[in-house]
Formats: sequence, C-alpha cells, structure tokens
Amino acid sequence: MITAKDVSWRYGAKPVIDGVTVEARPGRVLGLIGPNGSGKTTLLRLLHGALRSPTGAVAVDGDPLTGLSPRESARRMAVVVQESGGETSLTVAEMVLLGRGPHLSTFQRTGADDHEIAARCLARVGATHLAARPFAGLSGGERQRVLIARALAQQATHLLLDEPTNHLDIRYQHEILGLVRGLATCSIVVLHDLNLAARYCDDLALLSGGDIVAAGMAGEVLDPAVLEPVYGIGIRRVDLDGETHLLFQPLEEAPA
Amino acid sequence: MKHDDVLGIAAQRRRTTLLLAGLIVALLVTGLVAVGTGAIGISPATVARIIGHQLTGLGDVTWTPPEEAIVWQVRLPRVLLGMLAGSGLAVCGVALQAMVRNVLADPYLLGINSGASSGAAAAILFGAGAGFGQYALSTSAFLGALAASLLVFLIARSGGRVTSMRLLLAGVAVGYALYALTSFLIFASGSAEGSRSVMFWLLGSLGLARWDALLGFGAAVVVATIAGLTVTGRQLDALAVGDETAHTLGISPDRFRMRLLVLVSLCVGVLVSASGSIGFVGLVVPHLARRLVGARHVRVVPVSALLGAILLVAADIVARVLLAPQEIPIGIITALLGAPFLLILIRRLHAQ
Repeated sequence: MITAKDVSWRYGAKPVIDGVTVEARPGRVLGLIGPNGSGKTTLLRLLHGALRSPTGAVAVDGDPLTGLSPRESARRMAVVVQESGGETSLTVAEMVLLGRGPHLSTFQRTGADDHEIAARCLARVGATHLAARPFAGLSGGERQRVLIARALAQQATHLLLDEPTNHLDIRYQHEILGLVRGLATCSIVVLHDLNLAARYCDDLALLSGGDIVAAGMAGEVLDPAVLEPVYGIGIRRVDLDGETHLLFQPLEEAPA
Repeated sequence: MKHDDVLGIAAQRRRTTLLLAGLIVALLVTGLVAVGTGAIGISPATVARIIGHQLTGLGDVTWTPPEEAIVWQVRLPRVLLGMLAGSGLAVCGVALQAMVRNVLADPYLLGINSGASSGAAAAILFGAGAGFGQYALSTSAFLGALAASLLVFLIARSGGRVTSMRLLLAGVAVGYALYALTSFLIFASGSAEGSRSVMFWLLGSLGLARWDALLGFGAAVVVATIAGLTVTGRQLDALAVGDETAHTLGISPDRFRMRLLVLVSLCVGVLVSASGSIGFVGLVVPHLARRLVGARHVRVVPVSALLGAILLVAADIVARVLLAPQEIPIGIITALLGAPFLLILIRRLHAQ
C-alpha cells in the first residue's frame, strides 16, 4: 500500500502538484489519468521518491518513504520510468539483471537464481528471443517490454509504471496491462488511454492542473460529466457486457 | 539449454577470466621488455632474474652491477609508474564516461590536468612549493589538481546535487581558464629554459619516476581506485543508463556521483602530478575494453586497468626508442596512436 498525504511539487514558482492526497491499495491497480501537463508523471515521481515533496508525506506499507534506504525502497517498489537509456551498450539480459541489484549486497555477484528469475521475467513479457541483443538497438516497444521485465525481476511488492503502453502496438498494450493486472502487487499506472484505464485499472485518480479532481472506482471516475470539462472533449460512455467503453467527439466550438 | 546458465552469464564470466589472465601475462611480458629496452639492452630473462634477486635475494648473480642499477634504480620505477598511470587513467576514464553518460568523457575533462599544469608551471618557473624539496614539483602539481577539481565540484554542485551536464560544462570552463593561467605564467616568467621544461612536463613524461613516496602513494591510490570501481560495477551500470534508473534500482545517483568524483579527482591528481598530462589513454582504453567484454563495469574496469597499463608501457618503449638517444614526451605517442583509433571508433559508431 502506498499513501501520499498532501504532497506537492513546484518547478520554479509554478506548482505542478498542489497538495495531493492519494492512496494505492494492495492487490489493486490504481490508474493516474489526466490531460497533458496535469501532473501525472510528477505525482508518480513523488510517490517513488525521485522527487521529495516539501509538504506532507509518502508512506509505503505504513513506513515513511524518507525513512527507507534507497535499496530498501527499491526492494519494495519497482518503477518503470520513461528514460531512453541513452548510449548504454548493455545487452537485454544484463539490463534485466540490473533489477536484481537491490537484492544483492555490494560484493555479491548475481547467482543462478537471479539468472533464472531474469529469464522468467523476460519470458513473461515475450522478450526471451531478445536476451543477447544490445538494449540500445531495440525498437521503442521492445525496450518498454524489457524495462517491464527488469521491474518484474525486482520482485517488489509495489509496481509503478509511467505510461508503460507508450510505443507499444495494440496487442502488447493489452498484454502488458493484462500482465500488470494479473500481478498480486499494488500497482500504480500513469495512462493516457482512457479505454485502457477503464479495462485494466481497479481505481482511478483524475488529475487536472496539479490537483486530483476525481478519485475512486474506475467505473465512477469514468463519468462523461466528470471527464468532459477536464479533457475538453465530448465523451459518450457505452457499457457493453460489463465493460466500459468511451467514445470521443470533439466539442462544437461556440462561435465567438 | 543448460539449466544453470540460462542467460549465458557464466560463459561470459569464464571468457572474462581467461581474458584477464591473458592480459596479466601480456602486461608482465611488456613490462620485462620495457625494462630491458634502452641505450644498454638487457634481455627480458636477465631483467626477470635481476628483479627476482632484488625481491627475494635468490639466484646467482650473472649480471654486472651497472646492469643491476639500470634495471632496479632507473628503468623499473619508470615502467611501474607507466603501469600505474596507464591503468589509473583508464579506469578513471571508465568512471567518468559512466558518470556523465558521454563516451567522449576523459579524465582531463574535469580540468584536473589544467590545474596540475598550472601548479607545475608555478613550481618550475617560480619555485612554488620549494619547501617540499624533491617533491616540490609533484606537490605543487597535486595542489593545483586538487584546487581545480574542487572548483569544478563547487560550480557543478548546486542544491546538494551534481548533474552530469553541469559537471561537463564546469570542467570545460575551469580547464580553459587554468590553461590560460599556465600560458600566462610561462610568459610572465620570461625564462626560455623554464618554459621548455614546463612544455615537456605538459606533454607527459615518466622520466621523473624513482623509488620514492610518490610512487608508493600513487600505487596505493590506483589500486584502491581500481578495486573501488570494480566493486561498485553494478551501480556504475545503473548510473550509466540514467539517474532515474539508478534511483529506481536503489542507488542515490547524486551521492554516488559525488563519491566517484572524489575518488577520480584524487587518482587523476596523483597521477598527473607524477607523470604530467598523458592524454587519450582514459578516452580510448574504455572503448577498447567495452568492445572486448561488453558494457558491464565489473568486467570493463579490470580489463581497462590492464589494457591501459600495457598500452602506456608499450607507448613508453616507443617514446624512448623512436628518436634514441633523445626521448619523446609520452603524451605525443599516446595522442598519435589514440587519435586515429578514436576516429575509427567514431566511424564504427555511426555505422551501427
């Protein structure tokens, strides 16, 4: 369980996250949704401690994040960030094995167990055939799957993902989110696609201008009356066989 | 598929161990040849026996006392300093390339050699640090290196963080400023003889090597740096991918980068004060090592250390033989060899 109470962040004078309180419950997937610039990624960074909120507090399973060592925090929370990996010449297998780092002492090498865990995690994202390839040579979608495999290899009880479906084709969007949904971890996912959010998130928090404007069960938050003013687009909701689908229609501009 | 080696990691480890063993043998052979080479040639076998005799007192004396003096007093410290400088500069290059995530980073990027050069110029031209006697030059150079890296550090650090971009820019700026200061000192002194020796020192030389405290201190620092960087190999891997990645893997990137900076500054500072600025080793050797063993730092660091030592000792042989009896500053050789090599690397990099 991750709880954030009254956290905030500002770049310069402009508040990006303004006193937000949010809770991610065990065994559930919490989706952070909202338009561009609403503060989704910043909130995620505050939650895993890449940014330290000057106000309020973040707690993981009841323990304040500030009291956890970086290593301990990495054992509890695995994070998939949007970082290109730059010029690294690590292979895919080596990249995934980095996820075992938080479980090893400084002087300890990765052992047969670690290699098996890494291989299993690669298989789970359908990337076994990539193991020997250089990470830098992969396509965006392949990279994303490898980074998710690395996060899985961390075997943390919490999984945080920043737009994990970026660069993925439609099949892998569903496979990856289905995988996340099937994990017993407490997961937090930043998502752009509201239909993916509808399908794979248990709870949703809708951000707008650095504030959470709606939070709760996915079905409640995905209410056209709530979403329309935030996104500025016409939305129709169709519930089909117990599944929520959203249809979008640009709003007619009122003549000035 | 073998069950215990699903990702081929164990096979890679065996290959690396073999490679390291091969490199150690190559280093020993290069070292013996280097000690034997010079105005008076001595066979590597005799060199080995003389060194063995000096260390253990065993074996029959089949050589003349002057030969023994040449091997033990003159050439061995020089070759040892070459090994230390080569391996130290190479591993510092590895660390810096990981720290700033730029494959063109080099130990001198931090302005350390410019600082050391200013210190050396002050010592040679104006007698700075004369109180340190025979260590006047190296002490003054070391203080210069220390001051430069402190300056870079203070500029690059803001709000308790050292970012890679700020570090790069601060290093370049401080480097240029101190380079100008060195030139200014040379002009201000008006001594042709003095500026010649500063020039010689700037181009790098192992000629000052002798059995002294500086060599011992250098050995301790270089060995500690190699060990420290090898042990933190996994953290270096993560840092080389990105700050945020390092953070999510349980490493504090800012704290780790600061620790690395202290270690690298100390190591480069000691080496530059002992051997002047020897360029290109720290830039080229890490690339060579990565081609051989891949990107994992736990392998790249020891392989770089051995490769750097071999390369520098070999370059020193060339420097002594090419225009014998005149000696060429070793920095010229490393640059002549290193620059075309770097160009090949750049072409390959683009081809990928």
